[in-house]
Amino acid sequence: MRIDYIGISEINGPLIVLDGVSGVGYDEVCEITLGAGQRRAGRVIRLEGDRAVVQVFEGTGGLSLENVSTRFTGHPMELPLSKEMLGRVFNGAGSPIDGLGAVFPQESRNINGSAINPVARKYPRSCIYTGISAIDGMSTLIRGQKLPIFSGAGMRHNEVAAQIVKQARVSGDDGDFAIIFAAMGVKNDTADFFRRDFEESGALQRVVMFLNMASDPIIERILTPRCALTAAEYLAFTLGYHVLVIMTDMTSYCEALREFSSSKGEIPSRKGYPSYLYSDLASLYERAGMIEGMPGSVTQVPVLTMPNDDITHPIPDLTGYITEGQIVLDREMDQSKLYPPITVLPSLSRLMKDGIGKGFTREDHPALSNQLFSSYAKVQEARALAGVIGEDELSETDKKYLRFGKLFEENFVRQEPGENRTIDQTLETGWQSLSALPTDELDRVDAVLLKKYYKEDGLIALRGSI
Amino acid sequence: MPYEVYSVNGPVVTARGAASLAMMESVRVGSEALMGEVVSVRGEDAVIQVYEDTVGLRPGDPVAGTGGPLAIELGPGLLHNIFDGVLRPLRALEKASGAFMARGVNIGALDTERKWDVTVLVKEGDAVAPGTVYAECRETELIVHRCVSQVSGTVTKTAPNGEYDVTETLAELKDARGKTHTLALRQTWPIRTPRPVRNRLPISRPLITGQRVIDTLFPVAKGGCAAIPGPFGAGKTITQHQLAKWSDADIIVYLGCGERGNEMTQVLEEFTELLDPRSGKPLLSRTVLLANTSNMPVAAREASIYTGMTVAEYYRDMGYHVAIMADSTSRWAEALREIAGRLEEMPAEEGFPAYLPSRLAEFYERAGYMVTLSGAEGSVTVIGAVSPQGGDFSEPVTQNTKRFVRTFWALDRQLAYARHFPAINWITSYSEYVDDLEPWYREKFGDDFSVLRTRIARLLLEESKLMEIVKLIGADILPDDQKLVIEAARIVRLGFLQQNAYHETDTYVPIEKQKGMMEICLYFYDAVKPLLDKGIPVGQLRDTGILDALIRIKYDVPNDKLDMLAGYREKIDGAVRTVLEANL
Repeated sequence: MRIDYIGISEINGPLIVLDGVSGVGYDEVCEITLGAGQRRAGRVIRLEGDRAVVQVFEGTGGLSLENVSTRFTGHPMELPLSKEMLGRVFNGAGSPIDGLGAVFPQESRNINGSAINPVARKYPRSCIYTGISAIDGMSTLIRGQKLPIFSGAGMRHNEVAAQIVKQARVSGDDGDFAIIFAAMGVKNDTADFFRRDFEESGALQRVVMFLNMASDPIIERILTPRCALTAAEYLAFTLGYHVLVIMTDMTSYCEALREFSSSKGEIPSRKGYPSYLYSDLASLYERAGMIEGMPGSVTQVPVLTMPNDDITHPIPDLTGYITEGQIVLDREMDQSKLYPPITVLPSLSRLMKDGIGKGFTREDHPALSNQLFSSYAKVQEARALAGVIGEDELSETDKKYLRFGKLFEENFVRQEPGENRTIDQTLETGWQSLSALPTDELDRVDAVLLKKYYKEDGLIALRGSI
Repeated sequence: MPYEVYSVNGPVVTARGAASLAMMESVRVGSEALMGEVVSVRGEDAVIQVYEDTVGLRPGDPVAGTGGPLAIELGPGLLHNIFDGVLRPLRALEKASGAFMARGVNIGALDTERKWDVTVLVKEGDAVAPGTVYAECRETELIVHRCVSQVSGTVTKTAPNGEYDVTETLAELKDARGKTHTLALRQTWPIRTPRPVRNRLPISRPLITGQRVIDTLFPVAKGGCAAIPGPFGAGKTITQHQLAKWSDADIIVYLGCGERGNEMTQVLEEFTELLDPRSGKPLLSRTVLLANTSNMPVAAREASIYTGMTVAEYYRDMGYHVAIMADSTSRWAEALREIAGRLEEMPAEEGFPAYLPSRLAEFYERAGYMVTLSGAEGSVTVIGAVSPQGGDFSEPVTQNTKRFVRTFWALDRQLAYARHFPAINWITSYSEYVDDLEPWYREKFGDDFSVLRTRIARLLLEESKLMEIVKLIGADILPDDQKLVIEAARIVRLGFLQQNAYHETDTYVPIEKQKGMMEICLYFYDAVKPLLDKGIPVGQLRDTGILDALIRIKYDVPNDKLDMLAGYREKIDGAVRTVLEANL
């Protein structure tokens, strides 16, 4: 027999306080019924003797101290799970919003998940081809990896994310592919863009969408990625799918967390974000991976917009410390209509080294990408110098670097949003760009590979206009 | 009145009851007996930090004290194994609860089923004091485990040599007050208390790592402390891995503190396969892994560095040289901040508690080169990674760490972007141990080692000054002698400082070869100078291919064929001759 608690003693932002409760557990979910019969859900976030602090998912608007009765469910927040979730649309708290009725659950799981025991993990090794040269060639995505896209407001990160979703495939395809799309605080346009894009590519039946719009309650926003990842873990480790989770926009998520934290009266840390931001983000990102002896995998591509394009802002900073690399988009490239605007130097895939090369992609891949990185870094130096003394005054070598830089950006990085390049095409284009440089500048490639793959400068035409 | 849960706020739980819980006492919370530790006592309230997720905990749930501070089990079976932040064996946890971590599973660190082949080293009537080695057994192919007594007394009974598990009694003692103690393979020690030693010895020997930039320019001493700060992607973890693999410590304690799960899996996999270059046995045989990944409970992360340090000290007391790699101390500091926030303590700089420096000092000061209670020499070397927010070294954790370490390997984002690894910046890094270790280097590698080191460092410093000018006006207008500095420094940078962790030969380089390479670099610099006097530009040397050959020494000269190095002097001479002749 569950007790209904009538009335509350305090309302503060999204929080309500109940006195005189007993037998309630930390993190337990409750049902709140308003006088008019309207129902809301809440969760216990703090207990002190017989006093419970509850966060209300849908917000506290319309609540008064008297018109409310609260019933605790006896368990933490759970998400009903089933294979039928594929193709469905849910709100941030995991309730269906596509008008197709409730999901008949096979089982329900705590949305907070549990940490994967490090000894149970399988080290990710098989790469996912995205068909985007700047990613496949330079920061290869590996199955089971978490590789965020660092973007800024107004840049084309959604297009990049959509292109990854459309083109992603795994070498030696085994097992089914599913996509979980978690939108946090996004505009309706953005959600529509993704929905349309999934529809056009015929992917919709493989997609589970969790949508929390910019105008939806922030408490739901905090639940959104947790619901999405719980669904992902179920699809991956119970049903054997290879799941790609796109989470956008992590910045909105963190802001929701900050808003929520300050309403609880917590001591703020850097830029007002709560001191547990790192642990909180880790509890999401670390849910990517593969498990020894289980089929399926969870790969995450979170998207975040760096406030003021600042990579040292706490959100990208802490994200970068948890995730296994990052794909960084560049404002200048975006403005010069270079798509995808991926700036390769700060981009990185930590798991790449174990998933490329002989037996994975191609023998020359590690050395080639290394060389491209190091040569492109020199392009930046040459450009800086040219900015000071003028291009004409540069040494012959530096001029060659400028040409390499152009080739690399226009032929290798630039591609159409619908263009799907094979890994061979990507690597060939890389070698073509290097042909602008003499062999003695190529210090990262050994003689054998150089002989086999290096091409003399055949004055390769630049693609696109400059 | 027994203690009961009164309030729950994340990992911080307040228990209310009679005032019998002690500060820092280890407790069990709730019906699932979650592990926790008392962090403050106020009247009838005791504030507890809980090492596990507190979901479902209710006011009124029982809280029981264990009567002592948080202590860990020590004994054979730690090596070749992986644990969480409070030393629970992860493999056993996996067996008990599957791939995902469950709560309230309290499994001791040591396997009580496993039998060890024990030699008992004391006999009846022997006097035992703290430090007496009373038994030993072979723990792994590489390490003999010595059991060091913590108590004193006279042996009244011993067991014969043979097979024992960690709990069986090996000897009994009677102390001066007539109290009986039993000695077994297993011991316990509270993690926050440093283990006692006889005395500290001055720093005198380097920890040889096989990494050129470290061994020659910025060495760390056995018993010393080093910090590796760097922004994400600069290669902290890879540097830590390299040190764990190749450094000449007897025992490695590798602590993944609030870092990535996949990384720990990688370490586990790699260390099982990789062989120790000195003994040819798997590296895991000398390694204890501690993994408290970023999504595991934050309070256990706070405890993990003390756990790691206690394990390190335990092996030091057997007379081993131990190196502990903590990746990353910033995550530990953040755990401290997070818990301080929950306790509503007054924040100091950037939200960190005011006691951050003293806690850091407590940790780093447990390092040292010691004479143990048993009279042997042993050391604990600490290598702590620091993950400064935004890569900004002025933040509190980096700044306070700098006060307590004497080697500072500053990782540089720009170097990492250019894929110069290890991305240790040679201008901002330093090692205060250089002078302490000078006699050792002189004895082993001759008087000229430090001369070479100084010349290389000066060359790099000169280059970095010149590069300021080059960035503004280009390299072309520099006078020839300065161009030579840039060319020679380029060889040092690419050929010497850059080291390829994934290359079979280059991943570990003995100091003999490091010295040889320095000599060749400087020989080049000296041999080319005569060209300048004749007004021949350095650029002409490029066509001879000598520059590339020098950069490739690291790959082309195997570590066991150092006599090949001599050939490079001839090559340099030959190249200089060719250029001279071409200009006749």
